[in-house]
Amino acid sequence: MKRRDFLKGCLVSGAAASLCAPSKSWAVGSFEGYPDSMGVLVDTTRCIGCRSCEAACNKEQKLPEPDVPFDDTSVFKEKRRTTEKAYTVVNRYEANDAQKPPYRKMQCNHCNEPGCLTSCFVNAYTKTKEGAVIYNAEVCVGCRTCMVACPFNIPAYSYSSAISPIIKKCIFCYHTRLKFGKPPACVEICPQEALTFGLRSDLIKMGHERIRETPDRYVDHIYGEKEMGGTSWLYLSRVSAEQIGLDTTLGNEPIISNVKDFLGMVPMVLTIWPALFTGIHLLATRNKNHGDVHDNHSEQEDGKK
Amino acid sequence: MKKLIASGTQSVDSLQKSHGRNWTLMEKLFLGLTLPQYVGQALRNPLNWIFAIIFAVGIPIILGRFFFGLSWVTHSSNDYPWGLFLGFGLFGMVPLSSSGFLLGTSCVVFGRHDLEPMERLGLLNGLLGYFFAVVYLLIDLGQPWRLPFPMVVSFGPAAVLFLVAWHVSTYLSVQIAEVSTSFFEWIGFPIGIRAIRKITLGLTVSGIILSTLHQGALGALFTYAPGKVHPLWYSSSYQWIHFFVSSIPGGLCMVITVSTIASKTMSWRFDKRFKESLDRITISLAKGASMGLATYLTIKLMSIAHDNKWAYFATGWGEWYLVEIFIGVILPMFMLAYAIHHKNMAIIRFGALLVVIGIFLNRLNVALITFNWKLPYREIPHWREFIVTLTVYALYIVVYRFILYRLPILYEWRVEKEFAPAYVTETESTPLRLAVAYAAETESTALENSDTATS
Repeated sequence: MKRRDFLKGCLVSGAAASLCAPSKSWAVGSFEGYPDSMGVLVDTTRCIGCRSCEAACNKEQKLPEPDVPFDDTSVFKEKRRTTEKAYTVVNRYEANDAQKPPYRKMQCNHCNEPGCLTSCFVNAYTKTKEGAVIYNAEVCVGCRTCMVACPFNIPAYSYSSAISPIIKKCIFCYHTRLKFGKPPACVEICPQEALTFGLRSDLIKMGHERIRETPDRYVDHIYGEKEMGGTSWLYLSRVSAEQIGLDTTLGNEPIISNVKDFLGMVPMVLTIWPALFTGIHLLATRNKNHGDVHDNHSEQEDGKK
Repeated sequence: MKKLIASGTQSVDSLQKSHGRNWTLMEKLFLGLTLPQYVGQALRNPLNWIFAIIFAVGIPIILGRFFFGLSWVTHSSNDYPWGLFLGFGLFGMVPLSSSGFLLGTSCVVFGRHDLEPMERLGLLNGLLGYFFAVVYLLIDLGQPWRLPFPMVVSFGPAAVLFLVAWHVSTYLSVQIAEVSTSFFEWIGFPIGIRAIRKITLGLTVSGIILSTLHQGALGALFTYAPGKVHPLWYSSSYQWIHFFVSSIPGGLCMVITVSTIASKTMSWRFDKRFKESLDRITISLAKGASMGLATYLTIKLMSIAHDNKWAYFATGWGEWYLVEIFIGVILPMFMLAYAIHHKNMAIIRFGALLVVIGIFLNRLNVALITFNWKLPYREIPHWREFIVTLTVYALYIVVYRFILYRLPILYEWRVEKEFAPAYVTETESTPLRLAVAYAAETESTALENSDTATS
């Protein structure tokens, strides 16, 4: 009787374990990005804050009319972020001394190992070989963990929809342009050539080249080359990255590295706990209730007769 | 109810109303009262009027959320994707529901049969806490009807939330099975009781695994946001341990709190066994909780030391952190230690309440209050969000009370009273008969012990 019970216990917990078996981390080691990944080099020293990239994005992605027209510069009074109506926004930051104030365009940085992708429990995100991080609205449940996980605060949610709210974020114009080798709409429209589209590996070389050629113009750092495991969008600037609102405290590890400690522990618990606690159970209960053991002993014997 | 019982009304505590006549389902539902009596006592209870007001305001707002979208009840913040529903409802209620696995483990796995009178309350508290955490989740999800998607449509197995989804749903079914014994007794379905008894150990052990993992996983969810959760509340290596360990005193203290409230409001439902063992068990639970608190405090400090975050104590965030630790951990730890020693029940119960508050405060701190500490503004949830949260919590209390009034949770179901004398006289003569009678009562213990006989 007892043994059968024990086996049943093992079976049930084993079944529970096998249910969760896939969750033992498929987390990748260190992924440097696809070799042919495309990217965009954002030279913030060239940006004049004309907001034409915002307008082009709005048109390309068929987003609703903006609250403030795209030629209105009053929006620079405050720091904006991406929303369900705007996949990219340009912000103005404080200038050093007498320089012109720097502007920075903000959109999804298309990480090599995206936090949104690794946190999604229905696998709605895909990092394509072209470098875009795209999103499948068909499977999205709306838990919004990706918004929590994004270190750059990019994904927005269409909260206003009651029937089908979805994540809204820049997808590198994947379906309409990138897939066909064309640059995204914002890059194409930029009148200052502040945005350069190309192979990510080439862009990194180009960035370092610019820094070497005109060291007065740039801080010697390409933001996004290593940050958070590397991003497809890269930034050059005259001032330090923090000054144009880029978080420099995040380190060079992708988001998933922070979660690995936990994911690594999962298979241990699944395999050790059943044996450990069943063992403790045997230890804890066998020698108690001496009387009972005796009684049951005889019951069992008699029952068999 | 107390007055009605004093005036001679009989409360339902076994299948039979009087000799040879069973209670009907309606009588059981009305607690053995007549309809006018039942309605009368319900109307006399002022708490019901408060609930009526909350539901009158809150339920239309909950419906509104599904008709007008989340933006109608929340500030639809892109910076704070998780608001009160998850911060309070999911992250706060799940740790307080660890009581199911804690008491299950103590009684079944560790053989602490002295805690048994409280076991069912622990299990029920666990089940309802999880169930309503899922209710909160369903309100918060953008497309709640897609909740089964991670199980059937599309898998993201490397995600922590994938693990949470699977574990919470599996564990919910485990808990339903565990609590169903009381329900089967109440409706009179002995086959079900026996079936569940046979798999109790398996259920309990899988309960431990699932609880360890998803309590931890809820903490691990925040390791996705290293730049957003304040460093004092964040720890890549320890986050899951913090959440898991704090759930232990949380669950135990929640049971103490619930049993305290029950003893103040529905002591008529207690049987002699529960009434007499309540103080003794409360002290046992408090001992467990104070050990849990001590462990929790140690690893909290360890994680601060591990990442060398002492400097943050000099900031306002640090002070707030100390407030949380003081109210939720240090103060109750000393209160419990003192009160256990002096057997002061009032202080134990107050300390337990502080722990419960401390857990809510901690989870709200991680999920909402200190979240996005680098952003210049703090999100104050929309007033409708507060009301929806309150309404669901009121619903939780109503369902909790409904079950405690009826199912044999706080009392033992009396089974076959007339069988007892026969069993005593036959002890020596016919052991087989004894085995049959005895098995129904103590099958689980008998099974374990008889292993020696078979092997």
